[in-house]
Amino acid sequence: MAKQYETVIGLEVHVELATRTKIFCGCSTAFGAAPNTHTCPVCTGMPGSLPVLNKQVVEYAMAIGLATNCTITRVCKFDRKNYFYPDNPQNYQISQLYLPIARDGYVEIETGGTKKKVRIHEMHMEEDAGKLVHDEWDDTSLVDYNRSGVPLVEIVSEPDMRSPEEVIAYLEKLRQIIQYLGASDCKLQEGSMRADVNLSVRETGSDVFGTRTEMKNLNSFKAIARAIEGERERQIELLETGKTVVQETRRWDDNKENSYAMRSKEDAQDYRYFPEPDLVPIVISDEWIAEIRSRQPELRGEKLERYKKEFDIPEYDAEILTESKSMADLFEATAAICKKPKKVSNWLMVETMRLMKEHGMEPEDLTFSPENLAKLIELTEAGIINSSVAKEVFEKIFSEDLDPENYVEEHGLKTVSDEGALKAAVEKVVADNPQAAADYRGGKEKALGALVGQTMKAMKGKANPGMVNQMLREMLSE
Amino acid sequence: MELLDLTAVELGKKIKSGEASVAEAVKAALARAEAVEPEINSYVTLDGAGALAQAEEIQKKIDSGELTGPLAGVPAAVKDNICVKGQLTTCSSKILSNYIPTFTAEAVKNLQKAGAVLLGKTNMDEFAMGSTTETSYYGPTKNPHNLTHVPGGSSGGSCAGVAAQECFYALGSDTGGSIRQPGSFCGVVGLKPTYGTVSRYGLIAYGSSLDQIGPVAKDVADCAAILEAIASYDEKDSTSVQRKDYDFTSALTADVKGMKIGIPRDYMREGLDPEVAGAIWDAAKVLEQNGAVIEEFDLSLVKYAIPAYYVIASAEASSNLERFDGVKYGYRTADYEGLHTMYKKTRSEGFGAEVKRRIMLGSFVLSSGYYDAYYLKALRVKALIRQAFDRAFQSYDLILGPAAPTTAPELGKSLSDPMKMYLGDIYTISVNLAGLPGMAVPVGKDRKGLPIGMQLIGNSFQEKTLLRAAYTYECATEKQYEAPADARLSGREA
Repeated sequence: MAKQYETVIGLEVHVELATRTKIFCGCSTAFGAAPNTHTCPVCTGMPGSLPVLNKQVVEYAMAIGLATNCTITRVCKFDRKNYFYPDNPQNYQISQLYLPIARDGYVEIETGGTKKKVRIHEMHMEEDAGKLVHDEWDDTSLVDYNRSGVPLVEIVSEPDMRSPEEVIAYLEKLRQIIQYLGASDCKLQEGSMRADVNLSVRETGSDVFGTRTEMKNLNSFKAIARAIEGERERQIELLETGKTVVQETRRWDDNKENSYAMRSKEDAQDYRYFPEPDLVPIVISDEWIAEIRSRQPELRGEKLERYKKEFDIPEYDAEILTESKSMADLFEATAAICKKPKKVSNWLMVETMRLMKEHGMEPEDLTFSPENLAKLIELTEAGIINSSVAKEVFEKIFSEDLDPENYVEEHGLKTVSDEGALKAAVEKVVADNPQAAADYRGGKEKALGALVGQTMKAMKGKANPGMVNQMLREMLSE
Repeated sequence: MELLDLTAVELGKKIKSGEASVAEAVKAALARAEAVEPEINSYVTLDGAGALAQAEEIQKKIDSGELTGPLAGVPAAVKDNICVKGQLTTCSSKILSNYIPTFTAEAVKNLQKAGAVLLGKTNMDEFAMGSTTETSYYGPTKNPHNLTHVPGGSSGGSCAGVAAQECFYALGSDTGGSIRQPGSFCGVVGLKPTYGTVSRYGLIAYGSSLDQIGPVAKDVADCAAILEAIASYDEKDSTSVQRKDYDFTSALTADVKGMKIGIPRDYMREGLDPEVAGAIWDAAKVLEQNGAVIEEFDLSLVKYAIPAYYVIASAEASSNLERFDGVKYGYRTADYEGLHTMYKKTRSEGFGAEVKRRIMLGSFVLSSGYYDAYYLKALRVKALIRQAFDRAFQSYDLILGPAAPTTAPELGKSLSDPMKMYLGDIYTISVNLAGLPGMAVPVGKDRKGLPIGMQLIGNSFQEKTLLRAAYTYECATEKQYEAPADARLSGREA
């Protein structure tokens, strides 16, 4: 009988914190600026420059630590991690090894109706590196230090996960907590949340861990799931054919759905960590922790309870809307403008989610404004546009965030309620479709639908469907 | 009296009163430098045109009453590991031989606010690693008192420059004695402040936890005035300390009555040149005669300071010097293929032997498997040394001893035996490990005419106690600053 294998997975998750300025200097962290415009002597490693810690980084890290049930390290320190690479301007990264800010936490996940705790080994603060851009034309590499010094926390889990589903649930839970705290936007695609997967396999029932590999370059939940499946199979095949798994770092190529070795344990670098002498230890008092706790924003559970009480929407809707802070924020902002929470919820639950799925988007990728969705709801409610036009306009709002009032005006999409115009159209449709008219008169109720459809088509979708229906019935019963 | 013979504070007074102009002072210093530089080599960069331009600006500000401090208009030099915007700053290394900083060090900014005219950048041991200024890429600096001897190091250029009257004062940096030992060898006053007193922002780091910028001066009054100008709390340096007292010149009173001074027996034993020992005892007697209480005591742990220092300083240096890689600034090797060859060749060609030795040593002690045995142990020794000083300062107001075991060695005699050179730092190094203030004060000369310096060590933030004792000694001995007698240095006009 074939052996059964269990997958053992631990994650190292990097999260870019949402501070306005970098971790050790006053440069902006804004994304997308021209290369090397958000830089200064500190974040480009100029001789004689010195780092000064951004307090907001510590506070975000504390907030995440507290929300993930960690113990906050009362005297924590930074260490230098030494390695040469051009994206690392000092050739050392300021990180934390010996006394990280938080340790021994957990988050609770749920998969297939089963709840489970995933333990957090430790969380530390560190600086991000710059970005290398290879110029194929010139065969040179250029470096952009805009990202150098952007604050990160790295959250290291225990090897507590056993399946891709658990990994995704853990990541979604972390993302939810951190987004609710406002500590990061956690966008995988933009790299503000990145996960490295440590994976090993062992025979089911064994209590010793197998040799693990680390996989990097995973920038979507789907890629993570695929990489886990791929690596699990690769390791099992090695073991089944009497080979051994080599402890190494592998890079996942999501296009080829394959990973390849980057470096083995033997070539692993000795980072020569030592305490960063340019920074003083951070002493965290009870008062400071209490202050961070008191400032903690409404988290998901509390928000869900409030939605159930405050808004007249189904419990299912409340659960889905609060799953992501971006979605919840969008819901509340829109509802606050148009005062129609049920309608807002419908638009988000149905059309928005449909389009997100179609485009492979996450809630935090949504770009349309609550104002425009609120206007659309008002246009529909006032009968100025009909529901099929509304859906069409919403697609425009979804992709371009345009003002629906202007759009409807410019494209002449207002529902035609002018009896004269409608009557002319209805008469023409009846005249052009004598068979359908005869069928209806003969008692085939269904034939009316075809006639309504024809009329709507003739009116380019802008007719008031209630009026068309009414008119047709009257005309055909004459 | 020649302008060049004046101390910085004396010159400042004459400028303020209009008896001398800033331009005259600058021209005198430049003429002197021009005459003696071929022999002494105090400067890596001497910026005559820039200095004259500054002189004009500063003269205006003095005339308009905008600048009134004691150092306004006085020409100074800055060690070449301290950044000055727009001015070549090399650390006396090939790897930074083309490096022009984009910002000015906080200590230099403070000097500029005080009205200093910057003449140029002084020579040093490469990256401040060395005790003789012979490891400089720009050739050794020579001792103005005897050109066949070294000036000490690493702030050899600053100390020789002040001694040879090529500037009226200078800034040095001190990681293990780099101001006090060359100060002692060149017969000038040098002070290493309490760690955190002078901002390190803009000081190119050697051993970050030990480095301090400090004054090199002709006498104690100058030293106090310079320290008062450069010391400040700086938010850009996380290790900067907000002090209560920045009025160092107020300590210039000749009064040590009842001051308890301890002399470590461990400092006065074997290894100490008898002539140096004699001069130190004589100096102690002078203070005793002026009312101080002198006692000998056992400081202990002295012999552990050197290994602990070389482990900690080299470890930090190995990391601090990683940024010099040919990628962003500084020297890059001419021929290379690929990144790793570029790194390797750039650093192999760009750093000198002593720097490479310390990078290797530092990398070794931080390597996995050795970290606990070397680096952590050295940190524990550092803590014990601090405790030994704490105990001493329960009994004494200050500690007195030699700054170095000998007077300045001959050129070319030190680098071949680095262990011996390292042992020469024995009296100064523990002061950096403990973060304390230390000061070198000239107390005489040996038979060869080479200066001898005593070292005063104070408790944290007790610079004023050091300055008061040094000032008392200076007044009691009527020691006046004296230009070196070396005949070849009579570069000035009669």
